[in-house]
Amino acid sequence: MSEARRLEAQLLGVLARPPRWYPFIVTLLAGVVAWAFYAWTVQYRIGLGVTGMHNRVPWGLYIINFVFLIGISHAGTLVSAILRITAAEWRRPITRMAEVITVVALMTGALMVMVDMGRPDRLLYLLRYGFGHLSSPILWDVLSVATYLTGSLIYLYIPLIPDLAMLRDRLGPKVPGWQQWLYRTLAMGWRGTPRQRARLERALTVMALLIIPIAVSVHTVVSFVFSMTLRVGWHSSIFGPYFVVGAIFSGIAGIITAMAVFRRIYRLEAWITEEHFQKLGWLLLALNLIYLYFTFSEYLTMGYQPDDAEAALLRLLFIGPYGKIFWPMVLGGLVAPALLVMVPSVPALRSLRTVPVLRPVPIALTAAGLLTTVLLARGMPQAAILPAWLASWETLRWPLLGLGALLILSLVPVLQARRVASLVTASVLVNIGMWLKRYLIVVPSLAVAQTPFGAITYRPTWVEYSIIGGTFAGFALLYLVFSRLFPIVSLWEVREAEDSAIREPADVGTRPYVAPAGGRT
Amino acid sequence: MTKLAESWAAGDKRAVGQGTLTRQWAMVIDLRKCEGCTTIDKPPQCVEACNRAHYLPEGQQWIRVVVERDQRGSFFRPIPCMQCENAPCVQVCPVGATYRNASGVVLVDNNRCIGCRLCMAACPYDVRVFNWVRPPTPPEAALVRYSPEFPVPHRKGTVSKCMLCAHRTAHGELPACAAGCPMKAIYLGDLTTDVATNGDEVLQLSTFLSENHAYRYRGDLGTRPRVYYIPGHGEAFGRRPGA
Repeated sequence: MSEARRLEAQLLGVLARPPRWYPFIVTLLAGVVAWAFYAWTVQYRIGLGVTGMHNRVPWGLYIINFVFLIGISHAGTLVSAILRITAAEWRRPITRMAEVITVVALMTGALMVMVDMGRPDRLLYLLRYGFGHLSSPILWDVLSVATYLTGSLIYLYIPLIPDLAMLRDRLGPKVPGWQQWLYRTLAMGWRGTPRQRARLERALTVMALLIIPIAVSVHTVVSFVFSMTLRVGWHSSIFGPYFVVGAIFSGIAGIITAMAVFRRIYRLEAWITEEHFQKLGWLLLALNLIYLYFTFSEYLTMGYQPDDAEAALLRLLFIGPYGKIFWPMVLGGLVAPALLVMVPSVPALRSLRTVPVLRPVPIALTAAGLLTTVLLARGMPQAAILPAWLASWETLRWPLLGLGALLILSLVPVLQARRVASLVTASVLVNIGMWLKRYLIVVPSLAVAQTPFGAITYRPTWVEYSIIGGTFAGFALLYLVFSRLFPIVSLWEVREAEDSAIREPADVGTRPYVAPAGGRT
Repeated sequence: MTKLAESWAAGDKRAVGQGTLTRQWAMVIDLRKCEGCTTIDKPPQCVEACNRAHYLPEGQQWIRVVVERDQRGSFFRPIPCMQCENAPCVQVCPVGATYRNASGVVLVDNNRCIGCRLCMAACPYDVRVFNWVRPPTPPEAALVRYSPEFPVPHRKGTVSKCMLCAHRTAHGELPACAAGCPMKAIYLGDLTTDVATNGDEVLQLSTFLSENHAYRYRGDLGTRPRVYYIPGHGEAFGRRPGA
């Protein structure tokens, strides 16, 4: 049995008989979503006053999460489209996963804006009055996100057609009637004739070409919502490309995370290999470095402004109350992931694992670092109990940073042995870091005083946390349900690669699924 | 040439009141007279008058008084909506709920506002406020017929702000803050006829501004506010700039 056939058997098995844990996870996720819905009804009844937002910080977690989810959405369609156009053969097992992320992230992201509206009942006013007010960046967002969602749904659907036809013919009575009906309807009578195949290929190429500028435009106009205002820290021409790069960066991290999850839960190790992780890892590293460069440019330019407000914003971020978020974002979300991607590939460091004498070095250094930290902390009077430890963060941060660096060093042998694990860790860190970065974009710029005010703070409430938790649960739920109803790997594309490799190595001819003679229509 | 002459003539006619005369409202705040109501030992009376006139819900201030410092010391600055001619809030509203009327006053149509709050983020003067919960309606406000010129009763989930008392100026009354200021520090001006008044005296607006070095708050932003400040530290009432 060929590799592609085994993959088909594996995924069709999932569709016919879901894993035993499936109903439990779905119930759990649905429960979280239901709780979030309850929180939203509270907000709808009482008003946005149940959130931590107020007149000085009128935007909070919802807008942060909106920017984050729209960023994640760039994973998919954009990366898949670029890889398809450049004919990167290794893309085949991962394009579908990426495309689904886009659709799901856009749906949940658009929902965030509606949750944030003071008058969700007036949503359609955007269509009724909007077109007379195209000067508003909000409308650009509405237009481009709607276009992107439509485009990426089509782009997800077109390469799904041959697989749907196969499900129609192969699953048959193994699945309930409505599921058969679903496959039959969506397959739109696909038989794999040469004419159908030619059309499919052409539609895919056109969509792949179209979706790239749309994707770029989406995150550009998301940034325009901020940069078209006069606010300190927002009013910057770097914001468009900065947001696009950040979106692709967090998007790739999103794909790597999703790949790891699906590989594990559906046992796809044979098809999603270390090579896929490593290639996306290099892409992640490239975007990581570009993002660091943009971040550096942004703050350096700000630092050279003679404006008091800009200086105040930088103080808030670097040494003020937001430093607790800023430095973990930079070190944990940008520097550490870069190290995690690079370190396993540095040959010189391999000696730490292979030369027996050097083996204890990382552990010894970490132990020494830990000891130093403890000794330093003991020297401070209030270090006896845990809360006091947290209170003395200011004095402890440098020893802790050193300790973190040593920990990474001590992990080097482990990381080198487990490349995939280190890449997935890096991706999760990137996603957390990019969420925090969006927090740092939205909140401090609002909290920095333009006119005289006292200290301005923002504390999200349980309603906001519940709704944010609900969107993430909803994201996972939609993704999981998709993978239960449709193959999460583009089966015909994987087979096409195998066929062309066996029969006509130099030819890139296409062989999507061809229905067996006499199959059901 | 004749056309140009005609249009000039038409312009003149408007100016002398034979055609329709459209006021172009402006405001002048004389900081020499503003001592934050400290000499009468009361909270700022412009704020109180405004709150009463518009039945403002708790926590909202459409005009607020802040303390600032310059080289000579501290002074008080009342901050109403600046009624910018180049208003950032108007540009970013996706549904046209906030707009400038014919007299140059920036208004909010609370029946159209969708509550996205981009205007609040865009306002460099932090004058916009949001109805985060259902605003209580006092009995006397319940019978008011809503209009953007007198946005009462207030609507939950929408944005509000100072509207230069468009409902009062329409029939020749001073804005509530100007009428309520015991020091007569706030003047209502009309750029069309070049007059300004605080209820006690009537002045030529342009002369008053230029002779007293009037300026616009954060004029460098280019929003072209219609609110002018005359620099001072409340010295007209014996206040010293203080520490």
